[in-house]
Amino acid sequence: MKPDPALILRRKIINRLMTSLFIVATTIAVGALVVILGKLLITGASELSPRIFIMNTPAPGAKGGLLNAIFGSVAMTLVAIVTVTPIAVLAGTYLAEYGRGSRLGHVVRFLNDTLLSAPSIIIGLFIYGVIVLRAGHFSGWAGAASLALIALPVIVRTTEDMMRLIPDSLREAAVALGCPYWRMVVSIGWRSARPGIMTGILLAVARISGETAPLLFTALNNQFFTTNMNGPMSSLPVVIFQFAMSPYRDWQSLAWAGALLITASVLFLNVTARAIVSRGSR
Amino acid sequence: MDIDSMEDDPWESATVMVGTACAMRTKTRAPRGAWLEPAFAWITRLSAITVMLVLAGIFVVLFVESIPALRKFGAGFLFSSSWNPVTERFGALAPICGTLVSSLIAMVVGVPLALGVALFLNELCPFRLRPALTVTVELLAAIPSIIYGMWGLFVLAPFMARYIQPALIKWLGPLPVIGSFFQGPPFGIGMLTSGLILGIMILPFIAAVSRQVFATAPPMLREAAYGLGASTWEVCRRVLIPYARTGLLGGIMLGLGRALGETMAVTFVIGNAYKLSGSLFAPGTTISASLANEFTEAIGDVYLSSLLALGLILFLITFSVLFLARFLLQRTEHKVSV
Repeated sequence: MKPDPALILRRKIINRLMTSLFIVATTIAVGALVVILGKLLITGASELSPRIFIMNTPAPGAKGGLLNAIFGSVAMTLVAIVTVTPIAVLAGTYLAEYGRGSRLGHVVRFLNDTLLSAPSIIIGLFIYGVIVLRAGHFSGWAGAASLALIALPVIVRTTEDMMRLIPDSLREAAVALGCPYWRMVVSIGWRSARPGIMTGILLAVARISGETAPLLFTALNNQFFTTNMNGPMSSLPVVIFQFAMSPYRDWQSLAWAGALLITASVLFLNVTARAIVSRGSR
Repeated sequence: MDIDSMEDDPWESATVMVGTACAMRTKTRAPRGAWLEPAFAWITRLSAITVMLVLAGIFVVLFVESIPALRKFGAGFLFSSSWNPVTERFGALAPICGTLVSSLIAMVVGVPLALGVALFLNELCPFRLRPALTVTVELLAAIPSIIYGMWGLFVLAPFMARYIQPALIKWLGPLPVIGSFFQGPPFGIGMLTSGLILGIMILPFIAAVSRQVFATAPPMLREAAYGLGASTWEVCRRVLIPYARTGLLGGIMLGLGRALGETMAVTFVIGNAYKLSGSLFAPGTTISASLANEFTEAIGDVYLSSLLALGLILFLITFSVLFLARFLLQRTEHKVSV
């Protein structure tokens, strides 16, 4: 059979066309990142000044910073991570060790994966129903609780993944030496998975520090600086939302500065987490 | 018990090993701390059960809180498009349609782009560039959604209003059927802009899953196809995509789940109008945007309960999509992490 030049030409053209479309798609994706970060840097950097860190959110027209919002975000994130980490690490340990082949393990793993991509606003509604309605008021605790629930599946998942990487021969060696299983988990499992678990925690911090939706009706917002977690508390994302949607120029500039702060810290955390993982695997 | 089953279940095997050590009583001493074993195992198990309880709790709370609205409006809640806080007549049709339409636009935009990116990274990209490009695309997923929202409001919306929408009205508006989608004044904000932002947001998720699924295709398949003289596109189209079908569908569903529930990016640019409109340029609302905009201002039990009922609907829609996604991804039996 002779090759048909027309067919070959057509296939070549189609191939060229489609592969260039792949390149176009990648350019668009990378371009989107560049354009978004570029706009953030250009608009946000010009608004950055020391007063952002030492003054509270202003009334429209007045001078001010984002101190209360930054403090609120940091406080709620910290509380959330500190409370949820032990539960999440233990749950991840169960999935990787005790519940490996069990039905409970399968179900929990499946549900955890689902929670991983659950809409965060639903988590906010849940905490509203459980804490805010019962307590009768918005509070920083409720905000922290909703952030904790968003961090939970992230840490569970990474803990499990990291503990699965530990070779079974290590486990067997420990048990053969007469080590109770829990001792093996604590001294060998957690120790060798530590960089991985740290990565999970960092990723969880990155994830929740940008979350806005669950805070809208749990922590609400607060114009003033407060350390009282039992009352409404402001947070960086919620302030950005409020200020960016407002018609006031100076509020919008503050929103851009806040947006730059959040994005910079989230990307920094992500890159650090990646660095930990790649150093561990080398 | 034999060795094989011991490997399946380390908990059991540990009990057996520890137990055997005790039973043999060489020097009559159980391993130190062996008594803590059941406690530790139960603590980890309870923590795992917490994860289940959270999911069950979400459903129960949303359901209980939305009972007043469901009782008052019945099934009509789903089909009524009125949303009037003054007369307390609420219906979920407009937000539900808005959620579905904006997610549909997001899929139309995001899926081809994501597949293009994944195939580029797997087949075409020079090896040296691959790690850098992969990380770049994944960082797109790390940007908080509120940043997408702000960018959409301040950059994309004016751009759409000035350039894209007038062009669409001019070229597509006069067409018989699809023309009706592209009518009306070019506000910039609205369904189309929200869909575009969502599309860009879900791109990295779908791309990440697709790339991982494509990477699981045995190299032999690909090499055999190339050996028979297939072009790069033909390998992608006839070998990789069919091989990865189930996983791809899972990834796409995962992206859809994200798009359906995404709040902040949409809230900025959707326009928040409870109106069903044939035009994609018209402002609308989605379930999540309604919640974000109105929840703290809702006065009265019926209003609040109606909003929570919206939340329940969103929960049911997204979780069925996500369940399906995870089910499909599990069937591929390859570890896919997103």
